[in-house]
Amino acid sequence: MSEANGGIRIGVYTCHCGTNIAAAVDVESLAAYAATLPDVVVSREYKYLCCDPGQDLIRQDIADKRLNRIVVAACSPHLHEHTFRGALVAGGLNPFYLQLVNIREHVAWVHEDRKEATRKAEDLLRAAVRRVARHEPLEPGRTPIHPDVLVVGGGIAGIHAALTLANAGKRIYLVEREPTIGGHMAKFDRTFPTLDCAACILTPKMSAVKAHPNITLWTYSEVTKVDGHVGNYTVKVKRWPRYVREDLCAGCMECLEACVYEEARVPDDFNLGLTKRKPIYIAFPEAVPQVPVIDPDTCIQFKSGKCKKTCIDACGERHAISFQLQEKTEEIEVGSIIVATGFQVFDARRASYYGYGVYPNVYTALEVERLVNASGPTGGEVVLRDGRAPKTVGIVHCVGSRDENTNRWCSRVCCMYSLKLAHLIKERTGAEVFNFYIDIRTPGKGFEEFYQKLLNERVHFIRGRVAEVTDWALDPTEEGKLVLRVEDTLASLVRRIPVDMVVLAVGLEPHPDAPETGRIFNISCSEEGFFLERHPKLAPVNTFTDGVFLAGCCQGPKDIPDTVAQAGAAAAEALALIDAGSVETEPNTAYVIAEVCSGCKTCIPLCPYHAVTFLDNEKKVRIDQAMCRGCGTCVAACPSGSIRQHLFEDEQIFEEIEGILAYA
Amino acid sequence: MTSATYGYYPGCSMRGSGIAYEESLVTLFRLLGLTLQELRDWNCCGATSYMCIDENLAFLLSARNLALAQQTGFRELVTPCSACYLCLRKVQDYVQRYPQVAERVRDSLAVASLPPLDAVKVRHPLEILFTDVEPERIRSKAVRHWHGGQVACYYGCQLVRPYGEADRLHNPTRMDELLQAVGVPTVKFALKTKCCGGSLTGTIHPVGLRLNYILLKEAARKGAKAIATVCPLCQYNLDAYQAEIRRETGEALDLPILFFTQILGWALGGDVRSLGLHRAISGRRVIDEWFPQHPEEVESYV
Amino acid sequence: MKALRAFWFRPEMRRKMKFQREADPEWAQQVAQRPGCEGLFSCLQCGTCSGTCPLSIYMDFAPRRIIGLVREGFREDALGCQTIWLCASCYACAVHCPRQIRITDVMYSLKREALQYKLYPRRFPIPVLAQEFYGIVSDRGRSSEFWLVLRMALHSNPLQLLTLIGTGWRLFRTGRLSLHKEQIEHVKELQAELAGRRGT
Repeated sequence: MSEANGGIRIGVYTCHCGTNIAAAVDVESLAAYAATLPDVVVSREYKYLCCDPGQDLIRQDIADKRLNRIVVAACSPHLHEHTFRGALVAGGLNPFYLQLVNIREHVAWVHEDRKEATRKAEDLLRAAVRRVARHEPLEPGRTPIHPDVLVVGGGIAGIHAALTLANAGKRIYLVEREPTIGGHMAKFDRTFPTLDCAACILTPKMSAVKAHPNITLWTYSEVTKVDGHVGNYTVKVKRWPRYVREDLCAGCMECLEACVYEEARVPDDFNLGLTKRKPIYIAFPEAVPQVPVIDPDTCIQFKSGKCKKTCIDACGERHAISFQLQEKTEEIEVGSIIVATGFQVFDARRASYYGYGVYPNVYTALEVERLVNASGPTGGEVVLRDGRAPKTVGIVHCVGSRDENTNRWCSRVCCMYSLKLAHLIKERTGAEVFNFYIDIRTPGKGFEEFYQKLLNERVHFIRGRVAEVTDWALDPTEEGKLVLRVEDTLASLVRRIPVDMVVLAVGLEPHPDAPETGRIFNISCSEEGFFLERHPKLAPVNTFTDGVFLAGCCQGPKDIPDTVAQAGAAAAEALALIDAGSVETEPNTAYVIAEVCSGCKTCIPLCPYHAVTFLDNEKKVRIDQAMCRGCGTCVAACPSGSIRQHLFEDEQIFEEIEGILAYA
Repeated sequence: MTSATYGYYPGCSMRGSGIAYEESLVTLFRLLGLTLQELRDWNCCGATSYMCIDENLAFLLSARNLALAQQTGFRELVTPCSACYLCLRKVQDYVQRYPQVAERVRDSLAVASLPPLDAVKVRHPLEILFTDVEPERIRSKAVRHWHGGQVACYYGCQLVRPYGEADRLHNPTRMDELLQAVGVPTVKFALKTKCCGGSLTGTIHPVGLRLNYILLKEAARKGAKAIATVCPLCQYNLDAYQAEIRRETGEALDLPILFFTQILGWALGGDVRSLGLHRAISGRRVIDEWFPQHPEEVESYV
Repeated sequence: MKALRAFWFRPEMRRKMKFQREADPEWAQQVAQRPGCEGLFSCLQCGTCSGTCPLSIYMDFAPRRIIGLVREGFREDALGCQTIWLCASCYACAVHCPRQIRITDVMYSLKREALQYKLYPRRFPIPVLAQEFYGIVSDRGRSSEFWLVLRMALHSNPLQLLTLIGTGWRLFRTGRLSLHKEQIEHVKELQAELAGRRGT
């Protein structure tokens, strides 16, 4: 031990984390055990090491006891490695003389037997003490931040984030998969609980996106590849051809009129199949951009090549329509990314006992959103498929939510949108409306008051999850109706309630391709499939990949106010990153011992970051320290053992292993 | 397809009120070139009643049948009664799920010198006809046109629930598809998996009657002229009490309650006696019309 | 507190509230440990079970309330009710339950306990049928419908036999009523297999 002033001097600090750790691990005996280990000068336990007095404790000991290595047994390094490195710096030590032992997630939270758990903690601690003795001082690297930002998804989350950043003077690429931006919100008529018009508040923002000089809007496009790291991402965007050139189209829509299809025949996705569209169409009148799309699956020209192409004639001198347009890929450089890819609604057919797709008068809530919408298929009139106005309506809550057989989570918005629809249906038709709920959840500003308003409007609230929707009739009053069978759990009665219309309050779920999207952006999904935030409380818009942020329902179900708040937060995080100009990077990079390198090039194709280059003159490889992300692949692969990695030196790892195995 | 042999577990009902099910099943399998080999010395599955008294013994009772099947070398055991099907399937599920159940079953089988449970596949004829034989093949083997009316397919409870293996859990369709394959029109029957009440007709009689009345009435309301079943108890309940239901409700319900095997067997050329069609109680007039004693005098074979 | 004597001539007035001392939370824990009853405490009282149950309309407590009673430890109410006996084991509740509670198996478990401690409603024919069925199958290895119905009627309500004559005759006429007492060959082995293995 040849440390300058008196060899290796280790301080060990064990955290109670309140009762998080202390309840499952005997912290006192663990600290006493640590004191017995070689080179340990001081060992302490403390209630919350992450708080200021805890940090001070470490700083003071460094000064008083001339410590030169620190081991902290606490929570995951994800959470507080940065904090404790700060304490070392404050005490005048190199921050990489720290080793963390995760005795919360790896011990306390996963074991029940206190004695065994404590023993495991001792083993891990012993390994860390031996490892830290081999630590060396390192300097963190710095990476500059490219100021442009990519926003993925053009729903209200993406729109809000893009506008916030663009208004701050940053260049934004907004990429949307659909032919128009607007997302789900564009389909709504009113928003709860204020009942203000969704279009009135959304369409100005959509136009602003189109008009903003700092925003490049790419609709009908998809991100296919992301390379690089925080500050310097290279992104490939695939752009499908609309067959109508955005730069030439004036948005007159004469081509739609002129299409050889006199009647619209194709189910219209935007209206969920409640209306039909032509092969050349625009999703809805306020769509942005105001450029039609040709659907090659139904267009006669694409199917047979024998169309009269009346659309081209109608376009005339502008020549905006071209059947020759090809898919193309754009490549852009950005410094940070905001993922706002949204959600999909639960497929009501999966809850087959509610008869969606079997009985025509069973609707999903999103379909009814279109029905009540003034610019929807019925001009805002709530009518059944046969044109009758319903006299009784049953709204079934929690369809595809809170159910182990489908989705376990509460979708958060269904209670409130069901109340909103109940109000609108009653207002438009005077129908008697029944809400069937398990629990009414109204924990937002003005939500509870809205619930009270509906109670006073004499909307029925029956606490019970509907068991089935069928058309079998037990008596004449049920003939020709849909019958809901439900236990009214508050009155303790099983009831049969005949209605004309059933509305299924379908829940929100992740896009089925979310895992694939996650792989592109190197972010992970939580158990239910939504993107995982870095910390549920303290880093709700960050991900585990630096420079990639989340906004909106891709992170979990939420309503419009929460989505907008989160989008603003994501934009602020991106701005903070850009303003800092550069970020510190972990110095856990790989490096080559040139004398030993045989120049076999095994490592070159393995590096996912293209950080390894071959030096032709010297016949050896070199690793670019700025590009290396410390994954360790080359280190493991090098046949001559000439690649090594900072913070993962062989000696450090061997000491750690021996420490674990040295049964005390 | 070579002629396959299946192990066959009849269950007690097949030797009593459900005898027509066995007759039609054996006939149908013969017409399809399949053989049923009866499990030797099978015992009662325990049904719902045994499970009410003692879970251990109920599992052991079912397990003995499975162990016997294994000893005989059967890989698959055809179990036409829904209650038997469920009991045998349930012991397998519990043995897999709960080590303590597995241990008890293993020990007591050892006492009777029987092998420990292994993977004997418990199967219902509906599943075999749908997946092993397939509707298309049955269609190709049909020799008679269907001259009867619309049929409501009634699956009952314990065939599809709780495991959903013989058919889909919430909306089974295999019986409909099989019958349609031989030209039988089926109606949309919302009550196809509602319970018939099981033994309630024998215990709390009026409650049992009402459940069956609802099923019959709804089938008739949807235009069905007969109900097809997959379970001897459902068939018995719906068949045996119609006279009483007519008396109690004053409604003119008189529907034949057929086993689906009887209809398929008929399409494949079976005769009234070999399919047990003479054993029906209700809807006799319709049965005589749809399934004439001497069909060749009425229609020509295809 | 002793009941007021004055209630003697108002027998229809019964106290509906419960004292916490009447609950047996340990029993609830114990039920939740039985095979098939694990999900008990995850119930969210949504009523899907009662809504889907074809017999809930005749039950004194709908299935949801049984789960509620068991979970809170009201043992005598849960074991003494008709509900558990009316359950026809159709499993509709179990497959619809959003918490995947196997309610049918919970019902079975309660039935067994009710029989064991003789808490079931007297002269209710369903437990009688179960016991007769059990007796016949334990003796002979198979059940015979005719003898089962006869024994059940004799032990619960002999008058019921009169109503069965018509049905019996129709079955007999179509060859569906066998008077033969079915029995398996190796009934001794079966009994050895079962001997001493009663659980509940």
